Amino acid sequence: MTLTPTPGQTVGPFFGYALPFPHDNELVPPGTPGAVRLHGRVYDGAGDPVPDAILELWQTDAAGHVVQEAGSLRRDGYTFTGFGRASTDREGRYGFSTLEPGAPFFALTVLARGLLNRLFTRAYLPGAGDDAFLQSLDADRRSTLVTTRDETGLVFDVHLQGDRETVFLSYPRH
Amino acid sequence: MSAVASSDSAALTQAQVSAEIEEISGAYDASSAETQPRLDYPPYRSSLLRHPTKALHQADPEGVELWAPVFGERDLDALEADLTIQHTGEPVGERMVVTGRVLDGDGRPVRNQLVEIWQANAAGRYIHQRDQHPAPLDPNFTGMGRCLTDDDGSYRFTTIKPGPYPWRNHQNAWRPAHIHFSLFGTEFTQRMITQMYFPGDPLFPLDPIYQSVVDPAARERLVATYDHDLTVPEWSTGYRWDIVLTGPHRTLMEIDTEASEL
Repeated sequence: MTLTPTPGQTVGPFFGYALPFPHDNELVPPGTPGAVRLHGRVYDGAGDPVPDAILELWQTDAAGHVVQEAGSLRRDGYTFTGFGRASTDREGRYGFSTLEPGAPFFALTVLARGLLNRLFTRAYLPGAGDDAFLQSLDADRRSTLVTTRDETGLVFDVHLQGDRETVFLSYPRH
Repeated sequence: MSAVASSDSAALTQAQVSAEIEEISGAYDASSAETQPRLDYPPYRSSLLRHPTKALHQADPEGVELWAPVFGERDLDALEADLTIQHTGEPVGERMVVTGRVLDGDGRPVRNQLVEIWQANAAGRYIHQRDQHPAPLDPNFTGMGRCLTDDDGSYRFTTIKPGPYPWRNHQNAWRPAHIHFSLFGTEFTQRMITQMYFPGDPLFPLDPIYQSVVDPAARERLVATYDHDLTVPEWSTGYRWDIVLTGPHRTLMEIDTEASEL
């Protein structure tokens, strides 16, 4: 039996009291040995920051294993669940405290006022340039999916539109 | 009182926006059977600079994308499914039950998975500080709920019916009453955020967000059904709304094996 999917709709402007939860962007407590900061800014087509976006992160653990542990919404400080949320601030900045995944990329969803459906993308680790999926992209757009390293961790900016528009994904059966 | 900040979009009338909606609707080829909203939908002014202009890149899901985060009893309290008991008093409004099933594209129930909802109060006011609609806040209503689906994929919330509310997409713009839903499947590729509406809302034809789903049959999938069997005598009305996610991609054998291991 194949069913037709229900349509998505925008997350709207008023998710701020509903979707965030305590320590939502701390997959590991900041300062934990091995912790890395995955951070960046979200921009619109005019190059202005998007202050009302929320990103979701889903990733493997440091050994590359998919984690199937409950506890993201009420973190105990020890259990790595692989899932987190980060809202953008007034300057469009978001940040996660997490571990570098053993797999080559972080999976991300992007939600925002003005965005009529969620967007999927991947943030690849800096050394993943020869990944088969990245190689399948046009060279000038490939870099939009690859994080860069700074002194605090990994940087991944999201451009919803424009010259540096991020590559967003759809999957078969979408 | 004029609370509307001056901007080009605020100067547009409902008639102008409705004309745009009708033009797009008239140009829609029903045989294409679009199932999702247009990302590029100019009548929703906030989308103008926020929609990708390049086609989404088709990818085969890999690794974590073939799995979803796990949530469990430790993540939430059973009381979070009742939005009418989060404060000391009863919220104002029409008490109702909203229930339904979360299914994947193959019709299988999505079990033990997180469902989150948020909504305005009966007067059409969100508790969010950016909502400056001069309607009353309800000290007995926050408007946020969570639950886990059961083995049948069913979720169930008790809440009050939200009111319609004004927004600033254009002059005198009003959103139809709706409840926001956040859903996970068994794979991350099934992640969905959407809105549930109520049958027969007179604001449907005027609303650019609802109309961004250009296919009429697809739009209908956003509308709950009044179900008198869900009502509780002397207590609440009831609405049913089933949600179908995209996918999945993992093979049936893999999913069955995983289920038998749990």
